[in-house]
Amino acid sequence: MSSITYLEAIRLAQRRALAEDLRVFIYGQDIGSFGGAFKATKNLALEFPGRVIDAPISEDAMVGLAIGAAVEGMRPIVEMQFADFSTCGFNQIVNHAATLHYRTGTACPLVVRLPSGGTSGGGPFHSQSMEAIYAHYPGLVVMTPATVEDAYTMLLEAISLDDPVIFCEHKFLYYHLKADKLPEEALPFDKARIARPGRDATVVAYSAMVHEALAAAEELSRDGYDIEVVDLRTVRPLDTDTILASVARTGRLLVVGEAWPWGGVAAEVITRVAAEGFGLLDAPPQRLNAKETPVPYHPSLWGTHRPTASSVVNSLRSLLAL
Amino acid sequence: MSKGSVSEVKSMSTPVLAAEISRELARKSFRAMLTARLLEEKLAALYRSGKIVGGVFLGRGQEALSVSLGVHLRRGDIYAPLIRDQAGRLAFGDTILDTLRTYLGSSLGSMKGRDGNIHRGRPREGYHAMISHLGAMVSTVCGGLLARRFRGEKGVVGGTSIGEGGTSTGSFHEGMNLAGIEKLPIVVVVANNQYAYSTPNTRQFACDDLMSRAVGYGVTGRRAVGNDLFDCLTVMGEAVAAARGGEGPQLVVADLLRLVGHGEHDDASYIPKELKQSPLGRDCMEIAKEALMKRGWITTQELSEWYAEVERDVEETASKVLREPAPDPAEEDWNAFATVGRSSIAEELL
Repeated sequence: MSSITYLEAIRLAQRRALAEDLRVFIYGQDIGSFGGAFKATKNLALEFPGRVIDAPISEDAMVGLAIGAAVEGMRPIVEMQFADFSTCGFNQIVNHAATLHYRTGTACPLVVRLPSGGTSGGGPFHSQSMEAIYAHYPGLVVMTPATVEDAYTMLLEAISLDDPVIFCEHKFLYYHLKADKLPEEALPFDKARIARPGRDATVVAYSAMVHEALAAAEELSRDGYDIEVVDLRTVRPLDTDTILASVARTGRLLVVGEAWPWGGVAAEVITRVAAEGFGLLDAPPQRLNAKETPVPYHPSLWGTHRPTASSVVNSLRSLLAL
Repeated sequence: MSKGSVSEVKSMSTPVLAAEISRELARKSFRAMLTARLLEEKLAALYRSGKIVGGVFLGRGQEALSVSLGVHLRRGDIYAPLIRDQAGRLAFGDTILDTLRTYLGSSLGSMKGRDGNIHRGRPREGYHAMISHLGAMVSTVCGGLLARRFRGEKGVVGGTSIGEGGTSTGSFHEGMNLAGIEKLPIVVVVANNQYAYSTPNTRQFACDDLMSRAVGYGVTGRRAVGNDLFDCLTVMGEAVAAARGGEGPQLVVADLLRLVGHGEHDDASYIPKELKQSPLGRDCMEIAKEALMKRGWITTQELSEWYAEVERDVEETASKVLREPAPDPAEEDWNAFATVGRSSIAEELL
């Protein structure tokens, strides 16, 4: 009986946080009685009156308000309607929330939820993956859960953490992924997970790309290749140890990300492996990212713009041939 | 200076009656203004002698307006001052010592050399450390007030200030709009000092009067004479009392002139002489001094004693801070996170 979706796990994590911790409140556009653009807060305003609050279309002020409340000891969750719109709140996130603890010694425990990544027809402004931009800034934790279980436990961890957290939840996974039940225990948020063990090559991925990587690994297994898939879970802090241990087993590395390649998470992973594990590599490390244009609207363009199981297979075949 | 009168906006401020301001409040405010003025003169001297790096941004000419907000806030209120608020900061409880420590980058200061000059505060105590991006503190103060509302605290007020240039930012607009929607007890003071760095009001906004914006935000607008301490104290007293009493956000607009450059690197040559010589250019310290003396609330002798005391305090504190240790890069905690990358043992030790 697979009944709990990734989206429902996010809703249930918020419900549990609201129920267990009076410091928690949620602030975002259309999240009150309407339940949110994706229904991630469905019925929560009814269940927790006054604590699931509709915001004006003011991303800067939404994050500013969360900062002020966090300083006072609250645990605000800000829902951006789409990750793309977080750019309108960028200043408060990177210049205020991210700098607060270092500058003043005052913690800033808030969570900004970013419905991220592409879906068919999303187009340039409803499809972006923002993790690399936020991970660039010291002081921000950036989580990128790939499973229903992680969506649930990592969101609860994000809320309990004393640092500001950018929670990148993937819109494609919202309805696509299902689980039987919610976990009682989980890996700590800052540990990567071996999603599939293997010995011929390592694919490092996160968020929706974990599932493309797993499908690619499955396909290549029919040709006798044994591909290891590492799910980063959180991109900052980055669990370099788990990545290096995997590369030590396989000698080959492909990093897959749905975001653009330039200065991105894949670039960071490869830099670290090259610098700290050069001797472990049997071939030059590779990356596969989105094409370097805005995210296109038409499904046929979008399907080619982002990495897919089939493009991961192609990249892996090239890597295995090196 | 206002570009014209706006008949549709009703100023909520009542005519100034000296009796409304107590002797004690006026003296306390003037003492903070005086301290701010002399402390800032010292800061400028330290900057010119190369002891302060970065910049020095003074509130000369804006002390009366600044102090009137700081002095009306209480312990337990929330205050997010901006760059020309030395007087308000001192009235709210900041000290000569921490000001000098922050400007001089002492490792013993509240910012430990990690941030400097006017970027200082103790957020946990309701005293926010501004970021340079104008308008950002409005919604932040709103968040603090919302937290207090969640906790059921009544009678709390949040205060913040901004220049007329800062009102052009999206952040200011979003914050004011939000304050209006939530009917939060916030007082936002706009010091219309006619120039945002070198940009005159004609290039900053096209409305006749910044106070008319209060209507658009659904908040109460009030006007104060920015270089008149008694008027500022009266208007701000009413604004803070109204916010405390549940009447929602208050926007206080005051015209004045900054009597220095944007920072000490700037000679403000772009401000015309006629403006400097107009009533707007009158020094608020002189106006306040005259008003106090006229009421017999301070004597010439007492004034010279105050100057001497404050000067001595500033000089002694500066000498002390100049001898304090600078932050040591080898000892610096190069970790921006509160929890990430810290072991629980390290946390216990902190």
